Amino acid sequence: MSGGTLRFRPLDLGRWLLWGGTAVLFLVLPHVFTQGFALTLMSQAGIMVIFALSYNMLLGQGGMLSFGHAVYSGLGAYFAIHALNLIGKGQLALPVSLLPLVGGLAGAAFGVLFGWVTTTKSGTTFAMISLGIGEMVAASSLMLPGFFGGEGGVTANRTAGAAVLGITYGPAIQVYYLIAAWTFASMAAMYALTRTPLGRIANAVRDNPERAEFVGYDTHVVRFLQLVLASFFAGVAGGLAAINFEIVTAENVGVLRSGGVLLATFIGGVGFFFGPVLGAVVFTLFVVWIAILTKAWLLYLGLFFVALVLWAPGGLASLVVAALQAAKGGRLRRRLPAYGALAAAGAVALGGFVVLVEMLYHLELEAVNDPVLQLAGLRLDVKTAAPWIAAAAVLAAGGALCAAAWRRARRDEAAAT
Amino acid sequence: MEFFLVTLLNGLSYGLLLFMLSSGLTLIFSMMGVLNFAHASFYMLGAYFAYSIAARIGFWPALVLAPLAVGAAGMLVERWGLRTVHKHGHVAELLFTFGLAYLIEELVHLVWGRPPVDYRVPAALDGPLFTLYGTAFPMYRGFMMLVSVAMLGMLWLVLTRTRIGLVIQASLTHPQMVEALGHDVPRVFMLVFGGGAALAGLAGVIGGNAFVTEPGMAAMVGAIVFVVVVVGGMGSLAGAFVASLLIGLLQTFSVTLDWSLAGALAWLGVGLPPGRFLAEAARITVAQAAPVLPYLLMVLVLVFRPRGLMGTRES
Repeated sequence: MSGGTLRFRPLDLGRWLLWGGTAVLFLVLPHVFTQGFALTLMSQAGIMVIFALSYNMLLGQGGMLSFGHAVYSGLGAYFAIHALNLIGKGQLALPVSLLPLVGGLAGAAFGVLFGWVTTTKSGTTFAMISLGIGEMVAASSLMLPGFFGGEGGVTANRTAGAAVLGITYGPAIQVYYLIAAWTFASMAAMYALTRTPLGRIANAVRDNPERAEFVGYDTHVVRFLQLVLASFFAGVAGGLAAINFEIVTAENVGVLRSGGVLLATFIGGVGFFFGPVLGAVVFTLFVVWIAILTKAWLLYLGLFFVALVLWAPGGLASLVVAALQAAKGGRLRRRLPAYGALAAAGAVALGGFVVLVEMLYHLELEAVNDPVLQLAGLRLDVKTAAPWIAAAAVLAAGGALCAAAWRRARRDEAAAT
Repeated sequence: MEFFLVTLLNGLSYGLLLFMLSSGLTLIFSMMGVLNFAHASFYMLGAYFAYSIAARIGFWPALVLAPLAVGAAGMLVERWGLRTVHKHGHVAELLFTFGLAYLIEELVHLVWGRPPVDYRVPAALDGPLFTLYGTAFPMYRGFMMLVSVAMLGMLWLVLTRTRIGLVIQASLTHPQMVEALGHDVPRVFMLVFGGGAALAGLAGVIGGNAFVTEPGMAAMVGAIVFVVVVVGGMGSLAGAFVASLLIGLLQTFSVTLDWSLAGALAWLGVGLPPGRFLAEAARITVAQAAPVLPYLLMVLVLVFRPRGLMGTRES
């Protein structure tokens, strides 16, 4: 061998299939779900996927719990929408398709600006200082109406500018494919970053900063670079949001947005690369779809999050991986009845709980006008005791069944091993 | 002059209120190493509990009962929530309290509704306490200061002069040794968490009617309390005290000043720099920038003195 090391590199067929399948899925999805609402949902989910993955570059890969990640996506969105307005005025010659790049560069620039200060330490100090910077930017957004547009925000028209290759971004489907393309490219780029030396050292700095320092790496620099790269992708997500909604308001840099991306990422699971993707989709379903169905969606989202923190801190991804490993070891077939019983009991408990919560919200908000709640074909008069007792009984029965199924599963598992 | 004195007193009363919040947060932090995100939510619960109790049996019973109820809620949270996530590490604990803050806000929406509730200062405390050169100082502000200082004294006495206080102090630094001596350290933790929550609840009882009792009040004060704890030095009660007063005064004074960079430049005889954006930034007055100042202070402290004003350790 002359000047090279011998490497064993089999073709990783599974990975190619996975990424190819993802690309095909992105292409095909709008033809399967053709309603306008589904398109809105998928577009927002795509943006959230980039945002959550960029957040996980900090939390999952770098061990930095940030409460101010919306600063970078929000400022990226503002720069993108101002650029879009310049395109509309003919002062900037840039295809709208490349606008997320403007957002990304702006995000990265602010990452450079704030990052050196924030990344001196990880842990609680980082969490607090990121919260402080988030609050600071959110508060200044109302101070500088010229840039942030005050209460009303900044609006733009995405169909402005020359149509490159006949793409005008008038129809929503064109915006979807723009988002899908950027999402796929960002996913691939962020995955590739985890395989670079920087990505690997970021993991080392997360797990044992002292040892990483001894090996000769400056942990501060590693965290800083990781934050700047994460800010770039957050800015890309912000730029896409600017194109998608054609409006950017102070909410985009707000504390709620920062909390939202934390929820999405954690729900998905920070330990696996695909976790945030899963979490972003579930989170978008909550925010866009369940929020239309019920006024209690924030309560459900909060409870779901707290339940995961308490009982499955690895997020949904860890559950998926556990199931896959069980299948690989041939244990899934044996455990399937137990999982099924647990799921059925859980569904009963959930049903009772949802009816209770919905009745509570109905009683609080609308019972003055109409005491009857229509829910899944049921007509429940919330002013009478009967539906409350029935729902509570269903919840209690479901809970008892859950506990029994759990004990049974534990016993069977112990007997089998 | 009278304006300065009244603003000073207002700032002090606000600073003392902040200390009631930050003292509990600091105690909990030095014990568990976790910043409790839901701490301001207990403050909000205190205000709402007091509103509901005061509407039925009056303000004075509420002053005692509401903090007790909040303290009980805090103990439940510690026993059935935090203790479960403790084994997953600090990040999980922080996330748990973060989710809890969401849930408490949503519950408040559900029980008391979204608009502010009419939680008023009791009639006996309504009115001016004294008049300084023609400017009245409200009696309720004086009452707030009295309650804060009384609570401060109590806290100090309990922590330094009683047996349970000594056990708490020992548990902060040497939990294993305290456990070996036969004390139930997890129960001490639960008590301290409940006590911190009760302090926050008391701050809510007396702060809720001085300001506004609404679902956004937790978020509004929560971030400021974090600033206090970080600026004062994490885990330092004395630091929290100094930082509370500092930030209370900073916020109260800054909203009254209409100085701006443009004004200062004009006074020096320098014209405004060209460019719309720069000119806009230069015209911002101190009063307009008031919401940003505490965070700016926090960032500066973290950059130049990462352990805070009186902290003994970093992060």
